[in-house]
Amino acid sequence: MLQQFRHTEEKIFRIIMFLSTSVIILALALIIFSVLYKGLPSLSWEMISQKPKGGFYFGKEGGILNAIVGSLYLAIGSTFLAFIIGLPVALYMNIHLVKRKKLANTLRFFLDVMWGVPSIVYGAFGFTLMIFFGIKTSLLAGIITVTLFIIPIMVRAMDEVLKTIPMGLQEASLSLGSTKSETAYRVFFRQAYSGMVTAILLSFGRAIGDAAAVLFTTGYTDNIPTGLNQPTATLPLSIFFQLGSPLEEVRDRAFASAVVLTFIILVISILARFFSRRYQKHKINF
Amino acid sequence: MRRFSVKRHLRNTLHSYWMIICLILLIIIPILLGIGLYLKSKMLLDNHPLYQLLFSSEWKPLSGKFGFLSFIISSLWVTILALLISGPICLLTSIHLTQYAKKRVLRLMHPVIDILAGIPSVIYGVWGILVIVPFISDYLAPMMGKQTTGFSILAGALVLSVMIIPFMLNILIEVFSTIPEELSEASLSLGATKWQTIKFVLLKKAFPGIISALGLGLSRAFGETIAVLMVVGNVTTIPKGLFQPGYPLPALIANNYGEMLSIPMYDSALMLAALVLFVIIIFFNFASRIAIINIEKND
Repeated sequence: MLQQFRHTEEKIFRIIMFLSTSVIILALALIIFSVLYKGLPSLSWEMISQKPKGGFYFGKEGGILNAIVGSLYLAIGSTFLAFIIGLPVALYMNIHLVKRKKLANTLRFFLDVMWGVPSIVYGAFGFTLMIFFGIKTSLLAGIITVTLFIIPIMVRAMDEVLKTIPMGLQEASLSLGSTKSETAYRVFFRQAYSGMVTAILLSFGRAIGDAAAVLFTTGYTDNIPTGLNQPTATLPLSIFFQLGSPLEEVRDRAFASAVVLTFIILVISILARFFSRRYQKHKINF
Repeated sequence: MRRFSVKRHLRNTLHSYWMIICLILLIIIPILLGIGLYLKSKMLLDNHPLYQLLFSSEWKPLSGKFGFLSFIISSLWVTILALLISGPICLLTSIHLTQYAKKRVLRLMHPVIDILAGIPSVIYGVWGILVIVPFISDYLAPMMGKQTTGFSILAGALVLSVMIIPFMLNILIEVFSTIPEELSEASLSLGATKWQTIKFVLLKKAFPGIISALGLGLSRAFGETIAVLMVVGNVTTIPKGLFQPGYPLPALIANNYGEMLSIPMYDSALMLAALVLFVIIIFFNFASRIAIINIEKND
């Protein structure tokens, strides 16, 4: 009797657990499906290839090219900056600090906590920086803010890759007479190459999708920026603003823009998967 | 030969310095962040006592009254509700994936988690407007005998609950897979069923990990801005029910950046809101991470 009760209980829970796993998969499918279903009909080549013309936000002609290009500029710029600052830190943690585990782990902890800080806080901070240095809302201000926001993500992702490289490789490299920086950039970086690409793609995806961090700092314009000091439109903000419109036509365009953004993000995450797979395959097992 | 080696060592030294400079830069960012926000909100703090700002619900920027209470309560509502919805789902799923499911299912779940984590919050917001809001206004609310536009605390919580799934699920899977195998083997060999082992041994062992996963989910949810802002309604009153609109703290900051500089002390108040958010989230992150590290150490 008791035995049977146990088995029924287990069965019930197994069903619930299976259902909850399915709920998560279904939720993802539903999100992608509903965005595509609503957005695809309004998506046209005109939308992707043109800047907004006069009266775009009142339902007239034009497209969101300014936002697409602006987002790409912003994401490329900030990913590049974060890479320049992040790569040395990640290498330092895994080469110079390899004997001082405690310090390295404290740094990891610190980066993880920074990762948790919401982007709107970085946005607000970017705004105070802007006022402090007297910069106007511009591509540069946006890049700096987004860089601050993605650095912890970038460093931790690289660190996870570098951590898997065995100590022996460093010892071998050092014993052959190379300096620590040569070991870092020529041996470790190369060994972790595809993992690094994954880390960069991950940060790039974050940078292109975030709206809150750039809300205060990039400004918004219908033009494609030609310099760092000019305001820039971004795709998430463009979606956000178009959705706020009372006109249905404009709102439909917001859904179409959402398809564009979803497409970019999906491509990025597929690429990231691809590169991390490759990394797994080519890993040397000691 | 010698000159060559001098050059190499010079390069090595330069690289090391650059590494340290970057590291220091990285460490001072959050410190600067805290200081910067504090300095900006100091103007407001000098004129109003902190407890009055936090525990008054009077929000009239034009007459210089800044009470954050309704925003804080709204934030708490959506956050806790989101956790209540997705906490159990994540927990059950992580048990399913680590204990029962085949390797293939776990491999299928990884990209799902990745993509969920990668989808920008604006897209979640769009989804909320397309699916969740009409669902609440057309089906759920009438079923409960209420009327609402759908832009409500519940909509915000539902959208958030999907958004925080990847973060919690990742950590929970990690937690369950670090529990040593011998533990469940011992329990199984004593005659316990698989489910009993999970219920009495694994869950007990994983308890601190589960709590910290929830803590991380909480800090994610608390700071999430755009998606919640798009579906939660943004009305400055203390929400009294699930179907009423709310106005969480991050939405307050994001919504008012336009008029920030035209009203005296308004920018100061918004920066204080950001500072409050920063402090709360740092605290929750800190506590959860420490708990996770302790678990890893014990094994």
